[in-house]
Amino acid sequence: MSTPTTSAQQGTGRRDAHIERPEIRRTSLLRQSLVITRRNLIHIRRMPEMLLDVTIQPVMFVLLFAFVFGGSIAVGGSPAGYREWLMAGIMGQTIAFASFIVAVGLTADIDKGIVDRLRSLPINPAAVLVGRSISSLLHSSIGVVIMSLTGLAVGWRIREGVLDAMLAYALLLSWGFAMIWVGILVGSAMRSVEAVNGLMFATMFPITFLADTFAPTEAMPGVLRTVAEWNPLSSLVQAVRELWGNDVPVGPDAALPLQHPVLSTLIWVALITAVTAPLALRAFARRTAD
Amino acid sequence: MFLIGIVTEGTVIGVAHDHAIEAEGLVKEFGETLAVDDVSFAVPRGTVLGLLGPNGAGKTTTVRMMTTLTKPTRGTARVAGHDVLADPAAVRRSMGLTGQSATVDELLTGRENIWLIGSLYGIDARAVGRIADDLLERFSLADAGDRIVKTYSGGMRRRLDLAVSLVATPPVLFLDEPTTGLDPRSRLELWDVLRELVREGTTLLLTTQYLEEADHLADNIVVIDHGRVIAEGTPIELKDASGRAALVVTVSRSEDLQRAADLMVSIVPDHHIDESARRITAQGEGLADVTRLAAAFEDSGIDLDDLGLQRPSLDDVFLHLTGHRAEDPSTPRDDEDVA
Repeated sequence: MSTPTTSAQQGTGRRDAHIERPEIRRTSLLRQSLVITRRNLIHIRRMPEMLLDVTIQPVMFVLLFAFVFGGSIAVGGSPAGYREWLMAGIMGQTIAFASFIVAVGLTADIDKGIVDRLRSLPINPAAVLVGRSISSLLHSSIGVVIMSLTGLAVGWRIREGVLDAMLAYALLLSWGFAMIWVGILVGSAMRSVEAVNGLMFATMFPITFLADTFAPTEAMPGVLRTVAEWNPLSSLVQAVRELWGNDVPVGPDAALPLQHPVLSTLIWVALITAVTAPLALRAFARRTAD
Repeated sequence: MFLIGIVTEGTVIGVAHDHAIEAEGLVKEFGETLAVDDVSFAVPRGTVLGLLGPNGAGKTTTVRMMTTLTKPTRGTARVAGHDVLADPAAVRRSMGLTGQSATVDELLTGRENIWLIGSLYGIDARAVGRIADDLLERFSLADAGDRIVKTYSGGMRRRLDLAVSLVATPPVLFLDEPTTGLDPRSRLELWDVLRELVREGTTLLLTTQYLEEADHLADNIVVIDHGRVIAEGTPIELKDASGRAALVVTVSRSEDLQRAADLMVSIVPDHHIDESARRITAQGEGLADVTRLAAAFEDSGIDLDDLGLQRPSLDDVFLHLTGHRAEDPSTPRDDEDVA
């Protein structure tokens, strides 16, 4: 985008003069990304069932875990304690599924040739990814809002200060940011939406369960407990719990990341992004450029 | 200095030869596979080039290189004087692309599709609105403009696809198999629209597997097979190159067939009789033979269904050039286009 763009420069000679062209202005990456974001949001408006993954599904999880399993999982000594404890876990799982949303949307666009069409336009190629990322984060945010409301209905409360509560939401979003890169990587590598669905179900469900999301790690057998506590998602969930005041203090024998959950969440986010972002960009370039 | 040099060079070439599109030794390798092998051609401004070849010949890959979607392994191309390697952004501003499958957004309305691409070009919202009205009207989509594309027929999608490519009125338009999958009526409609664009000065490059399409639309044809250019010229030149015209006489009653053949011997010595079609085919020299034959038959009392000079079809040309038919599904496709 280094050359200035005015309509006068479009043609290469006077013979084009009779083709009247509209004024083409140079636009910023942000503006281009927002146009693509708006297009993705129109999709959600036309197909509200796209939101099932961040509405009905997590609400069902809250209700299932709170009332079906809740009685048998002792946290803080009472079912009400478990319900509060559970909320951060389900939020963490919902935001981890942002990768899913990005991957499905991106694969569909590549598959249908939309990405090619966008790449043939005089825009920054990154706008396709940035626009997809923004709309996916908004998509996930809708889930977080709905979950918060559901939580309030089943007795969950924020028991710490406003700033801490905001920080918890910010950590969730930063986690969503890291997940976007995972989503771009998977979306670029997979050849169809079905393949994305298959891969993500097979990996994301175990990963989000093998953590301190739905059950405390203390009761897990040795090796599994270590894996669960080193699961990056556990740090996020524990951090959010502490910031909302929904936590039961972790034991002194818990793994290192859980002793400093906020810091370790930030490190995990930076690490995941640093590893997956270059891979994701390369996979996307390779997938779309040949 | 470097940039100025390229622009100047591009402009000079553009004016001197007046070419809107130039491909120079384009090569594309995918691993071991050579998808496009040294393809060169030039398209004069305001004309139509038909890139003709069977599935997997390398047409799509060639178009993708010329539209900056994929980098050539070797060689380069210029669009409206801009080099695809040196200044891809300028190329993208100068051209429109309609891909092989209709790449419109199914969940958006027709108008929103035009809005999306127009906004990304950097055309302001009010101008995009006006352009959308014009384009929808012109492509007979005015009534369907506010319906989501999912409800459109195949022909409507194709027309919208083309309309979207025209949002910024690009001087150069690339169409990759624009009528594949269309019913004959929609195809004819699309041809009309394309002819009108060319009348207005647009330069068109279209790929097609349909010989008929290239014959109808293209000023020049480049025939490509297995990634290589195997022939080029105007449709008439290509037909002439693959053999002389044939005189064809069809009699009304099969019992007249032998008498008709005897009559023809005096004018054209060699002929071939096809009894089931009641048809006699002979090598003719030109229209003079037709006139002489017509005069001879007029006095003979033999009723004719048809008498005429038949140039070889482009299908015959393709067979002549490649040894296989262009639309034969059994054609080996070992170098499939990468979509």
